[in-house]
Amino acid sequence: MLSIKNLYANVDGKEILKGINLEIKAGEVHAIMGPNGSGKSTLANVLTGNKNYEVTNGNVLFEGRDLLDMDPETRAREGMFLAFQYPIEIPGISNATFLKTALNEIRKYNNLSELTSTEFLDRIKDKAKILGLDDTLISRAVNVGFSGGEKKRNEIFQMLMLEPKFVLLDETDSGLDIDALRIVSSGVNIYRNPNNAFLVVTHYQRLLNYIQPDYVHVLYKGKIIKSGGKELALELEEKGYDWIKSEELETEKV
Amino acid sequence: MNEIEENKIISEDTNSDDMKVLGDLTSSEYKWGFITDIESETAAKGLNEDVVRMISKKKNEPEWMTEWRLKAFRYWQKMEEPTWPNVHYPKIDFQDISYYSAPKQKPKLNSLEEVDPELLKTFEKLGIPLEEQKLLSGVAVDAVFDSVSVATTFRESLKEKGIIFCSISEAIKEHPELIKKYLGSVVPYTDNFYASLNAAVFSDGSFVWIPKGVRCPMELSTYFRINSQETGQFERTLIIAEEGAYVSYLEGCTAPIRDNNQLHAAVVELVTLDDAEIKYSTVQNWYPGDKEGKGGIYNFVTKRGACRGKNSKISWTQVETGSAITWKYPSCILQGDNSIGEFYSVAVTNNYQQADTGTKMIHLGKNTKSTVVSKGISAGYGNNSYRGLIRIGKNAEGARNYTQCDSMLMSDKCGAHTFPYIEVENESSKVEHEATTSKIGEDQIFYLNQRGISTEDAVNMIVNGFCKEVFKELPMEFAVEAQKLLAISLEGSVG
Repeated sequence: MLSIKNLYANVDGKEILKGINLEIKAGEVHAIMGPNGSGKSTLANVLTGNKNYEVTNGNVLFEGRDLLDMDPETRAREGMFLAFQYPIEIPGISNATFLKTALNEIRKYNNLSELTSTEFLDRIKDKAKILGLDDTLISRAVNVGFSGGEKKRNEIFQMLMLEPKFVLLDETDSGLDIDALRIVSSGVNIYRNPNNAFLVVTHYQRLLNYIQPDYVHVLYKGKIIKSGGKELALELEEKGYDWIKSEELETEKV
Repeated sequence: MNEIEENKIISEDTNSDDMKVLGDLTSSEYKWGFITDIESETAAKGLNEDVVRMISKKKNEPEWMTEWRLKAFRYWQKMEEPTWPNVHYPKIDFQDISYYSAPKQKPKLNSLEEVDPELLKTFEKLGIPLEEQKLLSGVAVDAVFDSVSVATTFRESLKEKGIIFCSISEAIKEHPELIKKYLGSVVPYTDNFYASLNAAVFSDGSFVWIPKGVRCPMELSTYFRINSQETGQFERTLIIAEEGAYVSYLEGCTAPIRDNNQLHAAVVELVTLDDAEIKYSTVQNWYPGDKEGKGGIYNFVTKRGACRGKNSKISWTQVETGSAITWKYPSCILQGDNSIGEFYSVAVTNNYQQADTGTKMIHLGKNTKSTVVSKGISAGYGNNSYRGLIRIGKNAEGARNYTQCDSMLMSDKCGAHTFPYIEVENESSKVEHEATTSKIGEDQIFYLNQRGISTEDAVNMIVNGFCKEVFKELPMEFAVEAQKLLAISLEGSVG
């Protein structure tokens, strides 16, 4: 589904990603772990087309098509979804209006008819129930006055509403208490199926207890320096990132 | 989710439906730029006492009206143009303007069928086919074409309620007692340079009188349109709500493309007696000039309401997207105890547009309340100033004001300014002023992009959200039109 080859990217002229290679197939969940400043969020922003991030080398294919050539809204309409680390507030626009616009744009792009108000409301009810969301959240302005936990839940709610093929979770666990973490994770697990894929960006292993990855990659100084199964996450938890760092230093010496 | 909440969601969804409409509007050229070739009768350029007399005579006005105009003209001659607004434009040559233009006199018409078909076509282009309006919309239209009222609908059903809705020229002839009592009583002919000029040469406008205890059953609406080249339009509107009366009045404007600047200096006076309410809504879309700032309307307007009676209320809502220069301060004089004044405004300046607009809330009576919500949006090289005065008089025990003044910047070259004036002479009063300035957020646009929404739609959505508090004060159809106008005015403004 997603194929990243030798990806280099800059932020404010500083090189952050230094040759990322990653293959993600439908039905897979990959986790990217790494210490602060390793480039995890940069990867998420580059893949979704944030123009503050400049790709300097490499290419990315999304379902066989050149992803980097698409503008951000086209990537979204093609089925790429980012659950933001810091969801943005849009004052004066209700969640419902925002979601209906987004959903219909995506459907139009994929030659599907727009949802009627009834269909839309039914879908809202279904998905809100999964996440135990208060109905009033839907009519409130997008993320305005939401608690940290509500914002993260709202991101997952949007994911369920928009039904993307490829989901990037950027530090979705940060700022969540254990109950919220459980709810958010269950939303992801319910949505997980053989036709979609996830890239879970996280600093801590904690989230991976709830969302079990098929593969874990360690990102360090803009490169994936180690990949493995879910046991790698546990190893990291136990030994800390220093273990990887020293291993990396060893390799560099050789 | 229960039924009530569902309905709420549906009603909040209107925004997204409007977004669809916005998608169709791809041209950034001024949409209403056409000229109607109706033969019109235009006075030679220049202004002197003879011209003032000629205007009065053309309109078959009584002697007292001619005298009033002449007094205003003589006063105006001694006045100087104000220079304090934060706007810049070449000096206007008031002798280079024609002060009267009317479609050629036709015999009096009995029905719409008798109206010049060219004129009806113009109304259709404006989206206000009168026949349809008459049949479907429940909005009575007093259509002012250039300077003379041509067709008035719904007169009959209003008449049953005792409501008078007609052109001001007609009112001068048919209701002289009301005109003598109220004309110039809120905005005297000595008020300011443009108001004095208006008093001397006003062409036409609307007159509304709602009798005691009557709630006007429909929204009253006038569409103005400047049509003759280089004809300044000097509208004069007077609305009176007697005790316990209520009326909602809509004013919408469009104007065709011109190279020469056109002067528009209207005066609007509102009067509410005890327990009466007037709601006055404006969507102003005069031609703003082209992208280089060439052409465009100069809009120098004096709008003022007097809450004369206790518990009365005057509410101004305006959406100003047009004009090269806007100079406008819809105000309330809160004379009656417990009276309420409101001002809700969205002002947009794009390209080289300039706006200096705001309000004055003059608290004289006890426990008077006022609310001011101003949303300024600047794009391109536009310059947007809010100027507001809150005055609490000595006797205004317990008066309260709340002012919220937000500015949004869409480019690096535009400007937003706030000039709040607060004068308080009564210690028991409470005055609050809040102001914010923000640049439209790249992070907001990216967030919406990431959900499949194009940048153009994202900007419209963010701006509409920013203006929501004002739009919700507008009547439904007007709110939709206002959103469309906003989208057109700001097309391509975020780069």
